[in-house]
Amino acid sequence: MSIFIDKETRLIVQGITGREGSFHAQQMKEFGTAVVGGVTPGKGGTDVAGIPVFDSVEDAVAATGANTSVIYVPPPFAADAIFEAVDAGIPLVICITEGIPANDMMKAYQHVKAAGARLIGPNCPGLITPGAAKVGIMPGSIVTTGNVGVVSRSGTLTYEAIWALTSAGLGQSTCVGIGGDPIIGTNFVDCLKAFQEDEQTEAVVMIGEIGGADEEAAADFIKNHMTKPVVGFIAGTAAPPGKRMGHAGAIILGASGTAADKIAALNAAGVPVAGSPTELPALVKQGLDRVKGWPEAISGKRQPGGECCAKAQSTADAFSVHASEQSVVPEMVVCPGLSANKKDVTE
Amino acid sequence: MKIHEYQAKQLFAEYGITVPAGEVATSPAQVAEIARGIGGPVMVKAQVHVGGRGKAGGVKYAADAVVAEEIAGKILGMDIKGLTVTKVLVTAAEEIVSEAYVAIVLDRATKRPVLMVSSEGGMDIEEVAAKTPEKIHRLAIDPAVGLRPYQARNLAQKLYQAPKLVRQATDILMKMSDVYWDLDASLAEINPLITNSKGEIIALDAKITVDDNSLYRQRRIADMRDLEAEEVSEVAAREADLSYVKLDGTIGCIVNGAGLAMATMDLVKRYGGEPANFLDIGGSSNPQKVVSAMRIILSDPKVRAILINIFGGITRCDDVANGLVAAFDQLGPTVPIVIRLVGTNEAEAAAILADMNLPCAATLDEAVKKAIELAAVPVTA
Repeated sequence: MSIFIDKETRLIVQGITGREGSFHAQQMKEFGTAVVGGVTPGKGGTDVAGIPVFDSVEDAVAATGANTSVIYVPPPFAADAIFEAVDAGIPLVICITEGIPANDMMKAYQHVKAAGARLIGPNCPGLITPGAAKVGIMPGSIVTTGNVGVVSRSGTLTYEAIWALTSAGLGQSTCVGIGGDPIIGTNFVDCLKAFQEDEQTEAVVMIGEIGGADEEAAADFIKNHMTKPVVGFIAGTAAPPGKRMGHAGAIILGASGTAADKIAALNAAGVPVAGSPTELPALVKQGLDRVKGWPEAISGKRQPGGECCAKAQSTADAFSVHASEQSVVPEMVVCPGLSANKKDVTE
Repeated sequence: MKIHEYQAKQLFAEYGITVPAGEVATSPAQVAEIARGIGGPVMVKAQVHVGGRGKAGGVKYAADAVVAEEIAGKILGMDIKGLTVTKVLVTAAEEIVSEAYVAIVLDRATKRPVLMVSSEGGMDIEEVAAKTPEKIHRLAIDPAVGLRPYQARNLAQKLYQAPKLVRQATDILMKMSDVYWDLDASLAEINPLITNSKGEIIALDAKITVDDNSLYRQRRIADMRDLEAEEVSEVAAREADLSYVKLDGTIGCIVNGAGLAMATMDLVKRYGGEPANFLDIGGSSNPQKVVSAMRIILSDPKVRAILINIFGGITRCDDVANGLVAAFDQLGPTVPIVIRLVGTNEAEAAAILADMNLPCAATLDEAVKKAIELAAVPVTA
């Protein structure tokens, strides 16, 4: 299995006749996604590379039975496109558009939640389940089927991580880009929860960045609810406070949202954090080895707050000192919880 | 986007919130003239986009116009946290009976604007928030409904007892909410909100930050941008539609994607170098953007090497390569350049760049190390 999208996904593309929409509709189709229709008001009855175009999402759903929508419409109209998709009964909406006003997104987010739908993004690269479906803009060529789940706030940095995994022979179950805006529909915890419940996923790579407190919330969730190994990377160790680093959400405000805090929180939850994306595969392999050599972990008997976590806490303390020195990014931090041999821990 | 205090006060005043009489000035002589016009004691306040102006000596009391002129001479040109003061606001000095804090800020956790009030406003509000968080009262505003008058009134009652003050404060909070929504703010703050012995409530300071994503429909705010208050290179980058932040190091970075751009900076630091900037050329692969990026980075005299790191998804590597060829033709860079181009149309890019004999690297770590090595080589005159 996978999370959020699979072979049952029937996708419509909102903004299909635009430059990005038409290009990516074809890319998604070539990848094997069931792209059943597109929507551009006023262009109903035409087609884009054989994909039928409708005047409204309602029409598209009635004609195709679509269950997923991806949005490529320009920022001034994108929040309204989310409302339209949800009101047409689409349960999963992925918004790629970058630059949507936060005030519009707050209203859209509330509407999505009230309808019980799921929104991924905005300002995200979408998601990809190798061998089944791709929704968004991730390059299909870098993925391969496997058992590592990937969740990230970034776009190209995610590709870097996926490529490192693929090159090391580690395939992926699903890769999700959750987006770099302050208001996003699906956060780390939502994805981690889905990966924990997903049979195919055996380990998770989580890529965070400065700003907000979603990584800290994720660390808390991992500590209390996850038995599968999680490894991390946090971008922005070298970022100065008060400067927005491209993403609207990537800004250190006051004392909160720093990379050092996030790394410390993850370490304390037993999550090793790589110093470079290229080191992620080695950490994933160690995590998987641990699962194979430690049956309690697989069967879910590992108790939250138990011995593993207590020891991880002390390791994390050591590394958090490291991380706070600006010049030193933590080396591959291997937490005791991920070590197959407990004796290694005490050495 | 941040606007200055004098601009924020003008906006609040238009919504009917009382602010002290005042005007902005760029010279001591002008300050003296404004102070004479106000009559009596004034405050001279540096207009810069950083917090903690008061503690840095950028806000001073002057008993009369002569003193104000003298003080303005010291504040104008002053450096506050790396920014030079070019403007001061001269306002009537108000008598202060009490100082409160009121703000509406976008809250990521609740995904709503949060209204915060505290009866202990002033310069030490951050300390109040840290040490006695119970003295700050919060309310998440429903984005579909907006702030209801009863909600504003309940919070106003946390600030004042006298019914006349509660009524005024309720009105001010409702107006702040209007400012927040009408102007697409991500922050609207008054600190301190003072009372005087006449029982009036006055906004002694004002801060408004507007969501960058909304500037397309907030033209008036966009036009308030003070180009003098920003780095010249950052202004040029915005005009070229590049996301750029200037830093102090020697390794110039050109990257696609914000996360990857941050990770690239982090690795420069990790391997012992110092990044000169954050620069994201964005998702499109317009070759002209590469030329603009190169021009901005080369204008930084500290840059000793440039690292170009592109992971092509939407961005096509051959477009970036064509941009590089154009940049070399037009700019003739004199510092070494390390290139890593992987992903979409990587082979085509390699063919385009084959003649140029540039140092290339396959992995991110390799590219970073190479750039640091080249930056360390002394420049031969």
